[in-house]
Parts: sequence; C-alpha cells; structure tokens
Amino acid sequence: MRHVTEEELFQYREGDQKGREAVAAHLGECAECRGELARLEAVFAALDAIPVPDPGEDYGARVWRQIAPRLPEKGPRWWEVFFAPQRLAVAGALAALVIVAFYAGRVTKQPLPAPVDLAKQNQVRERVLIVAVGEHLGKSEMVLVELSNAQPASGQKLINIAAEQRRAENLVEENRLYRQTALEGGDKAMVSTLDELERVLLDVANSPDAVTPAQFESIQKRIAEHGILLKVRVVRQELRTAETGGKSQPAQTDSTAKEKNKA
Amino acid sequence: MSDAVAVERTLAGDREAYRVLVERHSAFVYRLAYRMTGNKEDAEEVVQEAFLRAYQKLRQFAGNANFATWVYRIAANYAIDRLRQRKNEDARRELPPRVVEGEPETDPLALVKDRAPSPEQLAGSVQLAAKMKEALGTLTPAERTAIVMRHWDGCGIEEIAAVLKSNSSAAKNTVFRAVQKLRLALAPFVEPRGAARAVGTES
Repeated sequence: MRHVTEEELFQYREGDQKGREAVAAHLGECAECRGELARLEAVFAALDAIPVPDPGEDYGARVWRQIAPRLPEKGPRWWEVFFAPQRLAVAGALAALVIVAFYAGRVTKQPLPAPVDLAKQNQVRERVLIVAVGEHLGKSEMVLVELSNAQPASGQKLINIAAEQRRAENLVEENRLYRQTALEGGDKAMVSTLDELERVLLDVANSPDAVTPAQFESIQKRIAEHGILLKVRVVRQELRTAETGGKSQPAQTDSTAKEKNKA
Repeated sequence: MSDAVAVERTLAGDREAYRVLVERHSAFVYRLAYRMTGNKEDAEEVVQEAFLRAYQKLRQFAGNANFATWVYRIAANYAIDRLRQRKNEDARRELPPRVVEGEPETDPLALVKDRAPSPEQLAGSVQLAAKMKEALGTLTPAERTAIVMRHWDGCGIEEIAAVLKSNSSAAKNTVFRAVQKLRLALAPFVEPRGAARAVGTES
C-alpha cells in the first residue's frame, strides 16, 4: 500500500478537495500516516507557540506621533473636483442655470447696452451660484430636518433610513464642489459651514440602511450637536437676501457667520 | 466613526480622521510585522511605513473595501521587500545568510540537528517557540510571508499570491515549501530522532 506524500497530507489539511476521499480512507487504515499528520500538526502548534510581544495600549497613539509630522497635506485635487461624474452633473446643472439666466436677462432687459458690461456678467454668475448653493442647502436642510423630527414608534426594532442615506450620499458630492468653489473664492465662513455639513451628511450616508433606535438617536444627536441646522438656515437666509438684491459681499457673509458660530 | 467615514474625511483633508485609523489598526498590523520580521524594531518600522504608504495611496483605496485588510496588504508588501533587501545586503557583506534555500549545505535540518536537544529537554513551549523562531529565520522572504499570512492570519491563497506577485498555484507551493522546511527543522524536537520515515513510500 502506498503511503500518502507529505504534500498530499498538507493539501488534505488545507482542505483541498482533490483526492481528499482517498487520503481520508488511507488515513483511516494507516497509523503511520496518521502519525505523519500529527507531526505536521505539531509544526503548526509550534508556530502558535511563538509569542508576539504586546506593543502596549498606547501603541496606536505612538505610531501616530511618529508618522504625523511626515504626512503631507491632503485635499481634493482640482481635476478630481472638476471631472468626477457626480461633479460634472452638478457643473452641468450650473451651466444650464447660467444659460437660462443669460436668456432671461436678454428677454427682460432688451435692448441690451453694447458693449456687454463685464461687471454685470460677474454679478449674474454670482447670482447663479447663490441660487445653486441655496438650493443645495435647502435640500440638505430637508434631509436633516426629516431625520431630526422623526419619532420611531415605540417597540420599533429597526428604522429604515435608506432613502435619507441615498439623498445624503448625493448631497455629499454636491457639497464638495460648492466647498471647493467657496474655498477658491476665499469665503471662509461658507467653507466652514459646508465642512460641518459634509461631516454630518457623511455620517448619515455611511450609516446602515436600517438602524436601531439607539443608533438613530445617536444620528439625531450628531445633527443637533453642532447646531448645523441653525447654521445652514442662517446661511440660506443670507443667500436669499443676496439673491433678492441685498448685499452679498463675501466679507459680510464672513462676519455674519462669525455671529452664527457664536450662536 | 467607522473606517469608511474616517477614510472619506481624511481624503477631504481632515488629518485627525487618519489618526483614528492609525490608532485603531496599529496593533493588528504590528502582529503581522513582528511575525514577518521577527524583531520589535523592524516590526515598528514596517508599521510606520505601512501607514505612511496607505496615506499616500488613500485615493486608490476602493471605498467598499476593508481598510484593515488594505493596510495589512501594504504592510505585507513592504515587509517582504524589506526582508529581500536585508538578504541582499547580507549577501553583499558576505555575512552568512539569515535565510537559506534548500541547498544541501544550508538545509534547515542541518542547521539545527547538531544542536538538537532531546524531546524531553524541549518539552517547554518557550524552547519550542525559540526553535521555531530560529526555523522561521531560515525561510526565504516569500516563504515566510506565505506561512505568516496563511497560518496566523488565515489569508486566502489568492491574497497571498497578490503579495508574492505570483499565481495561486505558485503561492500554494510556497506555503507548502515553508511548512516542509519548518517540519524538517523541527523534526528532531517533535519526534524521536530517526523515527521519521520517507512519506510517500511503500510500507
């Protein structure tokens, strides 16, 4: 009778299906091969006997202290910002708004003085952006309000937030584009609000589809924690004022945002 | 904060979010690094380098993947490169290699058999662990990586093949070769001398 080879024993131990039945049958009859298998097992047992020194509870913190000074700054790259599909969609929507605004201007203000006033064009662009950001904040506010106001029925084990989650996912993408635009425009207050909004939206987007009442409460707490809803509402109000012809200078947005942050 | 959220925030420029990932997974990566390198200093260096590289490559990280598995693989890749580099350095300095191939004069069995204590003497697991550690040092970088990933971390053959940059069949053979060498090296300690038979022969 042929004994099984070391490799066959190893493959058998690994759970290989090839020739498995024959090896098993042989092992059932042959004490010598069973001994070989036991010796193979002893090798793995010996591997397990090698201790790994405990690096200590604060090891993670130590690693961080060592690598933190060597980490380069990270931020979205400009081409990623502009060419990501989701962002292209938003950019397309913006472009459409610009065209609509342009034609609306032509229709309502004919005849146009020639040559076209550059300052006015900039104003139109700014207005379009204000409208778009306002809409984005409105949609975000709606998701957050819905989550904040929802009251799970008593005894309900799981709350389905899949719809809010999907909406939050889309809003995260939009939010990044507007944040980037605000960053380039030097509007620090807007950047800060959009930053905070992004964190909350990400929290929602990355939650499971169905959450327990405790998890749901924790989401609500996170929304309430930094008063993000209030901040969003204040910025929206500012944008509405700017949209309806009020002053919309970035410096003013900055200062009002400081007030809002104090709140 | 979940790993996925931490990755998103890091990509958005929030360094503190990366801190969460580092603090959460360092010990896990350290265990792999220690088993691969066999000493604390090298293991710590592997861990630091793995997290630095992971940060630099974070944009390549697929959002639906597991961050721990991803950084683990980066650490394994770096550790195997380091083992190979060290082997080459040793060769250049004409030091006796820390890692030996299956040539007659560097047979793992030959390395230990002259100093082999009796099984009784080696009953304590501390001694056995020390002998096993010594035997692990005789494996090639690829064999060591393969056995560490397979035995301790239960990695699949495909995953091992990816780190070894080989195919599944070759990776499987590498694991087997590692086991075979370790078995030979430990033979004097896990069985009475001369008791081993040539497996695969007729009885």
